[in-house]
Amino acid sequence: MKRTLFILLRNPLSALGLVLIAVVVLSAVFADFIAPFPTHAGAVVDFANFNRPPEWPYVFGTDLVGRDLFSRILYAYRISLVLGVVVLAVAVPVGVTIGLLAGYLGGWTEYVLMRITDVFLSIPPLVLAMSMMGLLQPTLTNGMLAVTAMWWPWYTRLVYNLARSEKEEGYVLAAEVIGASKAHVAFREILPNCVPSIVTKMTLDFGFVILIASSLSFLGLGVQPPTPDLGSMVADGARYLPDSWWLTVFPGLAILVAVFGFNLVGDALRDVLGGGQ
Amino acid sequence: MTAPTLLIRDLTLGFRGWAGQVDVLHGISLHVGKGERVALVGESGSGKSVTARIVLGLLQQLKTARIGGLVAFEGQDLARLPERERHRLRGTKMSMIFQDPTSSLNPVYTIGAQFHEVLKRAEPGLPKARAREKAAAALADVAIPDPERALDSYSFQLSGGMNQRVMIAMALVNEPSLLIADEPGTALDVTVQAQTLALMRDLVEKRHTSVLFISHNLGVVREFADRVYVIYKGRIVEHGRTADLFADPRHPYTRALLAAVPRITGGGIPEIEDVSDSYFAPMVVHEGCGEPGEAG
Repeated sequence: MKRTLFILLRNPLSALGLVLIAVVVLSAVFADFIAPFPTHAGAVVDFANFNRPPEWPYVFGTDLVGRDLFSRILYAYRISLVLGVVVLAVAVPVGVTIGLLAGYLGGWTEYVLMRITDVFLSIPPLVLAMSMMGLLQPTLTNGMLAVTAMWWPWYTRLVYNLARSEKEEGYVLAAEVIGASKAHVAFREILPNCVPSIVTKMTLDFGFVILIASSLSFLGLGVQPPTPDLGSMVADGARYLPDSWWLTVFPGLAILVAVFGFNLVGDALRDVLGGGQ
Repeated sequence: MTAPTLLIRDLTLGFRGWAGQVDVLHGISLHVGKGERVALVGESGSGKSVTARIVLGLLQQLKTARIGGLVAFEGQDLARLPERERHRLRGTKMSMIFQDPTSSLNPVYTIGAQFHEVLKRAEPGLPKARAREKAAAALADVAIPDPERALDSYSFQLSGGMNQRVMIAMALVNEPSLLIADEPGTALDVTVQAQTLALMRDLVEKRHTSVLFISHNLGVVREFADRVYVIYKGRIVEHGRTADLFADPRHPYTRALLAAVPRITGGGIPEIEDVSDSYFAPMVVHEGCGEPGEAG
C-alpha cells in the first residue's frame, strides 16, 4: 500500500491525478466553507446579478437566475462523488460476487449467470440507463439505480475471467484437497488475488460514472433542478452559447478535472498493480 | 492382520464426453500398508494423478467421471462413507503434496496465515498464537532456519526449495496417516529435490506415515520407495519391492522405462519404441508382493 502510493507520487502524471482528485474531494467536502454563496446551491433568485461574466465576486460568472456558478459547481461535485461512491459500492460487490461464482463454480451456474450478464452487456449502457430513467421518476436515487444497473456486468466479466484463470492455480487445488469449502475457496483464496484488478478498474470507473451520470442529467434524466448538477448545468448553458460561454465551459471543465484525475490515477495503478483489462 | 492404510481394488475410471466414454483406468489394484512408502510410476497420461485424485475424492464430484471398484481407507470403503465423513478425512487423515510448491501457496497470505487455516481443519477453534507455535515447530522439523521469519513471509519471498519444505511441513502438521505426493519437486532443480526428498523420507519414517508417491522419475523412486507399481495406460504392469524391481525388471514396459533414462555418462538419448504390443503383456507380480486378500 505504502509502496503503491510512493510509486504513484513519483510519476508526475499520476501525482497530478492524485492532486486533481484531492482538489475535487476537498472542494466537495468543504463546499460549505469554500463556496462564496452557499445558498446558491438551492432555489435562489437574484435577478440583479443574472448572467454575469466571470468577475469578482463571481469568479466563474452567474447563471440565468443570478446564482454563483463557482458555488454551484462545488455542490455539484458533492452530488457527483456521492453518486460515484454509491454506484460503485453497489455495482462492485454485486458484479464481483456473480463473476466469482460463475468463474469458479462453472457448469450451469456459469451458463445462467453469464447469459444474464450478456443480456445487460448487449444493451448500449446509455440506452439502458435512459430507458430505466424513462420508466422511473428522474431523481438522484433512480439515477444511481440506472447507472448501477449498467455497471455491474463489467465487473462480472472482469472477475469471471480472473476467477477462471485463478482456479487453475495450484493453491486452489491445494485448498480443495485439504477440504476447504467452495465458499472459502471462492472468497478467501481466489477473491484476494483479484483485488488489484478490481481496485484499478474502480479507480478508472469512478471518472466514467461521473461522466455517465452527467450525460444522463445533460439529457434531462438525472438530478432535477434546483439541485446543482454538472451535466444539467452544461445542458442549460448550451442554449446560450457562444455568448454566455461561462455557463457551459466552467461546469464542463469541472467534469473534465474530475474524470481526468481519476483516469490518470487509474492508469498508473494499472501499471503498478498489473491489473485491469 | 490390520487393514492397510489405503487399498484400491479393480479401480476403473472413464470420462463421458460427447464422443462416448474415454476409459482412463482399466481396473488397477494397489495397497499401501501402514508406514509404508509405495511408488506409482508411469509416463504422462498413464493415470497416476487421477488415481491420487480419486483417493482424495476430488474426481467424484465431476459429473462426467464414471468410477468403479473399491477404494478403502483404513478399512473403510470411501464410496459408502457419507460425504461429511469423507470431507472430514481430507486435510486431517489424508493430505497431499504437489508438483509446484510455489503455486500451491496462495500469494496473498503469509505462510503463517495459511498454516493457521490448515491447523484449523483438525482443531477448528485453534487460537492464533497456539497455531503459530505449532507452525514454527513444524517448520523447524523441515530444517527451515528462522521459522518465525518464514511464517511472516509470503510464498513469493521464499525460494522454491523453501516453499517445498513449507508444503511438506503443512502436509504433515496434522499428522495424517496417508500422504499422497504427486510428483513432488518436479518443478525444482535436482539438488534441491534430493534434499527435500531426504527430509521427507526422514519425517514420514519417524511418524510412520504411509506415503503414496507418484512419479515418473525412476531415480527418485529408487531412493524413496519400499515398493513400486509400474502403471502403463491405465493398467498396472509390474509390481515388486523396489530393490527386486530395479535389479530384475520383468515386464517389457518396465525394461523400456528403465532403459529410457538418459545416462549421465553420455551415450545419447536411448532409443526405445514409443508403443509396442509387448507393453500390453499381462501384469508381472514379484514374489511376496500379492495384494492383500489374494493368493500369492
